[in-house]
Amino acid sequence: MYVAVKGGERAIDNAHRLLADARRGNRDVPELTLDQISEQLALGVDRVMSEGSLYDRELAALAIKQARGDLIEAIFLVRAFRATLPRFGSSEPVDTGAMAVRRRISSTFKDIPGGQILGPTFDYTHRLLDPQLAESGDPAEPATAEASDAPTPRVTDILRQDGLIEESPVAEDDSAVGDLTREPLNFPAGRDLRLQNLARADEGFLLALGYSTQRGYGRNHPFAGEIRFGDVEVFFEAEDAGFAVPLGSVALTECQMVNQFKGSATEAPRFTRGYGLAFGQSERKAMSMALVDRALRAQELGEDVKAPAQDEEFVLSHSDNVQATGFVEHLKLPHYVDFQSELGLLRKLRAEFNQDQPELREAAE
Amino acid sequence: MAMHAETQNSPEQAATARRRAAMAVLAASETAAIGARLDTLAPPAFTLLREPEQGLVMLRGRIGGDGSAFNVGEATVSRAAVRLASGEVGFGYTLGRDRTKAKLIALCDALLQSADYSAAVETEVIAPLQTEVEAARAEKAARTAATKVDFYTLVRGEG
Repeated sequence: MYVAVKGGERAIDNAHRLLADARRGNRDVPELTLDQISEQLALGVDRVMSEGSLYDRELAALAIKQARGDLIEAIFLVRAFRATLPRFGSSEPVDTGAMAVRRRISSTFKDIPGGQILGPTFDYTHRLLDPQLAESGDPAEPATAEASDAPTPRVTDILRQDGLIEESPVAEDDSAVGDLTREPLNFPAGRDLRLQNLARADEGFLLALGYSTQRGYGRNHPFAGEIRFGDVEVFFEAEDAGFAVPLGSVALTECQMVNQFKGSATEAPRFTRGYGLAFGQSERKAMSMALVDRALRAQELGEDVKAPAQDEEFVLSHSDNVQATGFVEHLKLPHYVDFQSELGLLRKLRAEFNQDQPELREAAE
Repeated sequence: MAMHAETQNSPEQAATARRRAAMAVLAASETAAIGARLDTLAPPAFTLLREPEQGLVMLRGRIGGDGSAFNVGEATVSRAAVRLASGEVGFGYTLGRDRTKAKLIALCDALLQSADYSAAVETEVIAPLQTEVEAARAEKAARTAATKVDFYTLVRGEG
């Protein structure tokens, strides 16, 4: 057994050298820089920041380079990095209503105050591969128009004024916010913990679950009340300075789903809500998150819990792609001893079977 | 900054508002630009009260945008604190892992509180950086505005 371990060490070292070479690829091709990744693969960087649960473009770009473009591996690297730094504290909750909007659309109202702003979007592109991109060359400069100072209130704020939509839950004290990086997740989980889990959840997993609700597995009649992407200022109550210091701004995508209405004997019917918030320009993620957030509120809203997307324990326990990949991929690690004992047991059972039923054995042969 | 509009105007609150406004400009600026502007001032010697360090801040959002807080994910943050020989203490905080930037912000914050340097920092460092930050934001806003859907034009075209 020792022989195998020693041989393994050399093989592992050489495998990592080969990995580094494979990562570099053909050395005649110029090496990628982090700036190139951050600027030109920006949405991949946004996804790694969201699911890595760490806002730092440069680190996410480094992780993508190191992971050879494997985004889940990159997310894993970013999560591992965050464990190396101390936490100074928590920011004040960001005000998405004060966002410097770079995109903002509503599928529920055509004429929203502040307008429908398309921003940099894949929507309305024809999804035809562009051969020109295979050549280098700069695109035309973007068009400009006079920017308006008109506020862009959240669509849900407009519906709220008329009492047509439920109010967001408001805790008396923001200090008791659950944090699943500090305490293990228990069920039932509060909506704060559910949203934290969904914010770092795998986009593909949430997309599939959100889609399943649309196809009838926990239907909740969603409208994209509003999707907005832009820059939000972050403030941090610094103990040493004695006031909330500005840290700079982060890019966020927010999705407000407006869902099927609900009323009771004592309350007039109102639309219900699902909420999504993600780092960077992560529209599919924010929309999927909002659909799943709403689905997970089934019990609270008196709906039957019978679809996967409504099952809190199922969703929250399987949403994290770092945990998921760890457990799936650990099957690659040596299980020689486990397997030897299974093999021994199987041989014993087969020997017993053959002893008991020699005629079957003959028939089988 | 709207989140923290000062409701009263005591001198102390006005001073804090001024420091916070300067910090916001500095956090939005490039390290090299801050350094170059500061160099023209020939800033005085200072000691580090807090060695520039990197850490994390948990970013919080609100349920539905306007409800209770929840944790969205962390961000890297750098911070530092400096003291001038004349006694003023400055603090520097910024998103990212640039410790030099945190130190420069702290130095500007200290200078902003110093009778000798306050006016010079305001006019030689903060004001020109603010102009740059605002120009960059205005360009972004103008490019964004060009993508606003003008339904009115559509209707007029059909009529």
